[in-house]
Amino acid sequence: MKNQLGIDIPEYVENLGKLIPYKGAFKRIKNLQKEDLRLTPTKIRTYLPERNKLVSSLEKAIERSGLKNGDTISFHHHLRGGDFLLMKVVETLDKMGFKDLTIFSSSLTRAHQNLYEYVEKGVVKKIFTSGLRGELGKFVSRGKMDIPVVIRSHGGRARAIKTGEVKIDVAFISAPSSDKEGNLNGVRGPSACGSLGYAMVDAQYANCVIAVTDNLVDYPNTPISIPQYQVDYVVKIDRLGDPDKIGSDSTRLTNNPVDLVIAENAANVIYNSGYFREGMSFQTGAGGASLATAKYLADIMEEKKVIGSYAIGGISSYIVDIYKRGLFKKMFDVQSFDKGVVSSLLENDDHIEINADFYANPFNSGAIINNLDVVVLAAYEIDTDFNVNVLVDSHGYAQGASGGHSDTAATAKLTIIVAPSFRSRIPTVVNKVNTVITPGETVDILVTERGIAINPRRKDLMENLKGKGLPIKDIHQLREKVEIITNNPKMFEFTDKICGFIEYRDGTIIDTIKQVVEK
Amino acid sequence: MEINKKSQAGSLESSDLMVYVEPFNEIKIEVESSVSSQHTEEIRSLILNELEMRKINGVYVKIQDNGAMNLTIKARLKTALLRGAKNGN
Repeated sequence: MKNQLGIDIPEYVENLGKLIPYKGAFKRIKNLQKEDLRLTPTKIRTYLPERNKLVSSLEKAIERSGLKNGDTISFHHHLRGGDFLLMKVVETLDKMGFKDLTIFSSSLTRAHQNLYEYVEKGVVKKIFTSGLRGELGKFVSRGKMDIPVVIRSHGGRARAIKTGEVKIDVAFISAPSSDKEGNLNGVRGPSACGSLGYAMVDAQYANCVIAVTDNLVDYPNTPISIPQYQVDYVVKIDRLGDPDKIGSDSTRLTNNPVDLVIAENAANVIYNSGYFREGMSFQTGAGGASLATAKYLADIMEEKKVIGSYAIGGISSYIVDIYKRGLFKKMFDVQSFDKGVVSSLLENDDHIEINADFYANPFNSGAIINNLDVVVLAAYEIDTDFNVNVLVDSHGYAQGASGGHSDTAATAKLTIIVAPSFRSRIPTVVNKVNTVITPGETVDILVTERGIAINPRRKDLMENLKGKGLPIKDIHQLREKVEIITNNPKMFEFTDKICGFIEYRDGTIIDTIKQVVEK
Repeated sequence: MEINKKSQAGSLESSDLMVYVEPFNEIKIEVESSVSSQHTEEIRSLILNELEMRKINGVYVKIQDNGAMNLTIKARLKTALLRGAKNGN
């Protein structure tokens, strides 16, 4: 059957179950009361007060967890490219003889690219994630998984956990700081990563929680991001990750002139949009043009003496600097992008760690992004219907992540995509994106160095931005212009084989990852 | 124009390319491109044209392309050739 974007979605997939086609960004949410969903039942575990949670090795913790072949194990990616735990656990499970497991991680980075070897060995059968990178992404796009991967947004993942669409049998939590009872935080220790926002949801709804730390501290460990009553076992290992790859010391601002032009345009769009006002809330990614937009916006805010209510999202130290200038009152942090953010979490009471449910889950009584005014997001590709791809790269491989892209685009009052009009001869503005992560109906404006295109659905924005000296163009004109400049033949084709499903934040299927034909 | 010493121009930044030039007894072109195999052919014919225009019959040109536009390729090639030529400047 076809979904609202005209993409063919099978009704049923062996080992994944029934699929619901995407019908529009808020269609399912509006009618959700009829579905009468309930929170997932989670196993209650009780232990006698004197029991010792400390276990001497991962093997022993896994044995005691009762993990079985075919079970689902969860991970979180706050340690980013520096994470050792996921691969260490999977290696251990391989040695112990486990088969057919489902890996359910908040995302997968280059640190996890060798996971494909364990798919080949039969240890791992299914992968549910937000992102894919390196060799693993190529493996998936080459159609090597027997069961298609499922890509979820950060809010969508929290939803799937709470509804029980994905039941976590055992959650593995990388804990940069833990005591013997499993009070955990991410702000201290050699592997400090900042917020534990994604893992907090896993800890709440998993049937068993194993905390792994390289920094066992005196009881009680505070601040408490994940409390001891959710943690079943604590394992001490030598190293959780590589601090150099967990995060740089601070986020540097780009000096790429193209990015800076885009950012300046984007800041001027925000200023003139009608949403630039006292108390506005703001989110931006850590990418070149996105972060630079925050810089220009902050300068305008300072000049006009406008103070924002909160900044949210992945928080980078550049956002912390803007907060310190007094331009935002609060910061909500589901994932910290660099080490400068870690110390801010400890020092600033207005810097608040939040979980993924609070952040972006569409199926709760109100995620904080529902109050978001402006979000600035990146794109690999955007098409003339404003659909955005942030997953499949210009070689046809899955090499990106859904992240909070579709969540924040859906809820923010003003969703801006910032991207160069082409990169390395490859156009960014196209007729049809390879893979839709974020539907065009939730995207308002595209800002490139070659012009600004407003979604025709937003007549109000067209009105507000008219006559402000901004280079506004029709998106079709912009696309044609870019096509003439790049003049680049398409370098790959896809077969009909489905290698993955892109689940929209509400659990419906918006697109698929297709198998790439390598030339 | 005659190429009589090794030279190079460009960078390995995205949307740029490195051009390496050295004396050789015939025309030899080697192209590596991050963009596409079709693009490799386009770069090759662009180089041949440029060499012909300058009446160069012996040179080894090696290109490492990171998705540069044609005008960038021409400019980098011209610089490398001038640097490699006897009376080049």
